[in-house]
Amino acid sequence: MTEIQVGRAAAGPAAVGRPPDRPEVPAIELEGVVKDFVSRGEVVRAVKGVSFSIAEGEFFSLLGPSGCGKTTTMRMIAGFEEPTSGRIRLHGVDVTDVPPNRRDVNMVFQSYALFPHMNVWENVAFGLKRKKVPEPEIRRRVGEMLEIVGLTGREKSRPRELSGGQQQRVALARALVNRPRALLLDEPLGALDLKLRQQMQLELKRIQREVGITFVYVTHDQSEALTMSDRIAVMNDGAVEQLADPREIYERPATAFVASFIGTSNLLSGQISAISGDVATVRLGDRGRVLLNGGGHRLGESVQITVRPEKIRILPGEPEGDVSAVPGVVSEVVYLGTYNSYAVTLDGGAEVTVFEQNAHDSTGTAERGDSVWLSWQPHHSYAIGSASSR
Amino acid sequence: MNTLEQAAAGTTARRRPRRRGAFFRGRLLHIWTWLVITWLFLPIAVMILFGFNDTRGRYNQTWQGFTLRWYAELFAIDDLTVALVNSLLIALLTMLIAGVLGTLIGLALGRYRFRGSGLMKLVMFAAISCAEIIMGASLLSMFVTLAVPLGFWTTVIAHVMFSVSFVAVTVRARVMVVDRSLEEAARDLGASGWETFRLVTFPMIFPGVLAGSLLAFALSIDDFVITNFVSGGTVTFPLWIYGATRVGIPPQVNVMGTLIFGVGVLIAVLNAFGGRRR
Ligand SMILES: Nc1ncnc2c1ncn2[C@@H]1O[C@H](COP(=O)(O)OP(=O)(O)O)[C@@H](O)[C@H]1O
Ligand SMILES: [Mg+2]
Repeated sequence: MTEIQVGRAAAGPAAVGRPPDRPEVPAIELEGVVKDFVSRGEVVRAVKGVSFSIAEGEFFSLLGPSGCGKTTTMRMIAGFEEPTSGRIRLHGVDVTDVPPNRRDVNMVFQSYALFPHMNVWENVAFGLKRKKVPEPEIRRRVGEMLEIVGLTGREKSRPRELSGGQQQRVALARALVNRPRALLLDEPLGALDLKLRQQMQLELKRIQREVGITFVYVTHDQSEALTMSDRIAVMNDGAVEQLADPREIYERPATAFVASFIGTSNLLSGQISAISGDVATVRLGDRGRVLLNGGGHRLGESVQITVRPEKIRILPGEPEGDVSAVPGVVSEVVYLGTYNSYAVTLDGGAEVTVFEQNAHDSTGTAERGDSVWLSWQPHHSYAIGSASSR
Repeated sequence: MNTLEQAAAGTTARRRPRRRGAFFRGRLLHIWTWLVITWLFLPIAVMILFGFNDTRGRYNQTWQGFTLRWYAELFAIDDLTVALVNSLLIALLTMLIAGVLGTLIGLALGRYRFRGSGLMKLVMFAAISCAEIIMGASLLSMFVTLAVPLGFWTTVIAHVMFSVSFVAVTVRARVMVVDRSLEEAARDLGASGWETFRLVTFPMIFPGVLAGSLLAFALSIDDFVITNFVSGGTVTFPLWIYGATRVGIPPQVNVMGTLIFGVGVLIAVLNAFGGRRR
């Protein structure tokens, strides 16, 4: 593997969005970006005022269900769609009205969009030729890039002679060889099977570290976003619901949507019945109590609380001490190899999912129909949308 | 088939149903294929053959022996040569003009929805389905009304007019199947609008452009009906042959026909070969 240089001199004088050599300037900034489409006479607002900024060298993901506006947002950054309102800046330079061929970002298309009438080499060299890079340098850089993506020796192949994974690598090489300030990837692994996808996730991460380029990554696959990203913007219905690092998104979902979209989570609602010091108590039914951290709560306040299934323990009797304790009946047990998944129906009728590692089966393997107690630490209760819990 | 045969066929069919059926189907298809090919090719074979006929009189209709004389004297009849050159020139010009215009129309129709695009599509298909005799007559009225002198250029205009729809329809069909993200990828990689067209769009739609243009050439070179209305004093190859039928068609016509056909076959072969390579 060759180490790729991160010099950017040869990307052409015409490109807009070169850094004014101030590292504190964000690589990409969106400010109140709105996009309306008119389809069959009706105005559809695909993106509803999105603002965020992406730091230089960051691996940034746009995560959300299909149709939430991820692609549209990305296409506006690339320049294929013009925002209805709002501004887009690359390295502090406003590029809202700059055409795509003069923006210093490159895109990897979901369909790869490789030129079928050109071979691998010609595909990868396309961008450099447009920028009138001298021939010897083109040869060197294309060769280097093909080595990085592991396609040396396939220069003369046509795209359709390659496997899906190889086509994906060509698409990646074709964009990266230009040393763009940022690389935009629209569900780049969507067409690959699971095994190849996981392999390519690691590969992509490695390449990103190696070339040190800002990646903006669109995906609807939450596990993909969680494994690869430095930060994630979770989108829903044209708006960003939460922007944070993967841990925060997982541990402290900002909205009920984020909580349900990312992984499995349990949603409990009730009213604050007691506050002592830093711990608030929510009564759940006659016997249950949920404890959560946070002095910001008021007595009688209605709260929604999420708990991740792997944080909950199943006990045969009521636990003592400052922990949440909720009684219920095991309604389903599913063996999933490395862990078991329990569905527990609470007294009030709500259902809670619990994951338990198979390693310590001695503690509390419950059977279907057993009456059990669920227990977890106060800091694993997370009140949605409450600033005090952060 | 009489009952006995039916019975016999029935028993054999029952004994070896699949092989018997496959045999019949294979053989029948074979025979049928050759019948169709013969049907299509026989008139052409006759044309080619009579180009080698050592005919003496004015009529080239009975076989009188083999000769290569007509190939040697291909251009001996001045009027015929002029007519052939006219036809080739008109067909070439038609191919180029209709090729360019039709490609642009096909691109626009395949790619964009614009004010009047529906009407445009309608007009295209109307032009294709319109009877030639009507088109010829109306073109004549138009040229006369506008006091345009009939001749070579009116013929070219008329030919472009009726063949451009074919090019547009062929190109449009091709444009529709080209992935738009290819063009976006080119733009994304720094290609200007023109570079994107030259390096990506055009190569992608080229098979359609080529097929459409060749179709325009073929339509133009053998058009009689419309040409007859608008050509004025300009005589084309088909017009000359039509005029010659009463006094006897010279063997040179067969030779020219053979050569034109030969070029056509060559293009078809190259196309098939190129198609397989692509
Ligand atoms: N060119 C377009 N014309 C009309 N509506 C569009 C267009 N592109 C996207 N949309 C609409 O905008 C919304 C967001 O689409 P998209 O950005 O592709 O979502 P995602 O990539 O998150 O699946 C969808 O409702 C989609 O139907
Ligand atoms: Mg999408």
